[in-house]
Amino acid sequence: MSIELVWVTLALMGLVTFLTRLSFIVAWSRISVPPLAHEALRYVPAAVLAAIVVPGLLMPEGQIDISLGNGRLLAGLLAALVAWRTRSSLLTIVVGGAALVALRLAGLDG
Amino acid sequence: MSARAEFLAGVRAELPLLVGAAPFGMIYGALAVSSGLSPVAAQAMSLIVFAGSAQFIATELFAAATPWPVIVLTTLIVNLRHALYSASVAPYLSHLPAGWKALLAYLLTDEAYAVAIGRFREPGEAIGRHWYLLGCGASLWLMWQIVTAVGVFLGALVPPGWGLDFALILTFIALLVPMLVDRPTVVAALVAGATALAAAGLPYRLGLALAACAGIVAGVVAARMRPARTQVQEAQT
Repeated sequence: MSIELVWVTLALMGLVTFLTRLSFIVAWSRISVPPLAHEALRYVPAAVLAAIVVPGLLMPEGQIDISLGNGRLLAGLLAALVAWRTRSSLLTIVVGGAALVALRLAGLDG
Repeated sequence: MSARAEFLAGVRAELPLLVGAAPFGMIYGALAVSSGLSPVAAQAMSLIVFAGSAQFIATELFAAATPWPVIVLTTLIVNLRHALYSASVAPYLSHLPAGWKALLAYLLTDEAYAVAIGRFREPGEAIGRHWYLLGCGASLWLMWQIVTAVGVFLGALVPPGWGLDFALILTFIALLVPMLVDRPTVVAALVAGATALAAAGLPYRLGLALAACAGIVAGVVAARMRPARTQVQEAQT
């Protein structure tokens, strides 16, 4: 992507984010959010995150790889376990990263 | 409270969230430069967009040479939830001039909203409470710019091929897992994940936006189905 296009993209990203945040404050301050929209938006973070995490773990090289040779899958599952038990984001990232490094050193990844 | 006292109270209440969000800003900065963005563009994204998860996703899309309309569309979908925050704080800001509204909208992140809405909803004299939101938003903004710069600096030191992109996946695991506390959210995540796998071959990385929409619909449907099932169970007992 050309450098000019990167800047145009950043500007538009900022614009849509700002207008979303500004929307009800300025334009529709007398309108309440329809209940269905309110409910649907609750699921946006989990859906978006899962849509990135699942392929990131299961298809690190572009095709589905469920095997002991997939170090990212093993390290990611361990990280998920840590996240579930501890709720600590820092510990999750550190343990998951250390696990992938350990698997690579052991020759299990790739 | 005076404007100054409201502002400082907002900053103080935001402090624990600053500590929690700081590592994410650093990881973002490091990922952004390793994805090929220039250090200036990486920092500019924190200034212009100022939305953690959307920034993370954008670094991944930039790295995959995604066409710009898809990056903007994905950003819009990821940040649509901010419209809820906008609607939620709107009644408390309706008396303010346009400049104030624009400034507070720019600063209306997950973390600022989460803290400030508690103050807005307290009973009592409410006139100066926009200063509290400003304190929350401005302290988060300052922290985010600083840790982005630190991350950009550190990321430039990390050689490519060290698996820094896995940090994005780990960050998202850390954010996602604690959200999975009720069935509709779990269903939304499962359907989004499965759709993302199935749609991985779609051009222009459109699979992400498609998977997010499928997950959202699945979550809404799952929430509709739960009461019916509970009724059946109750009828059986």
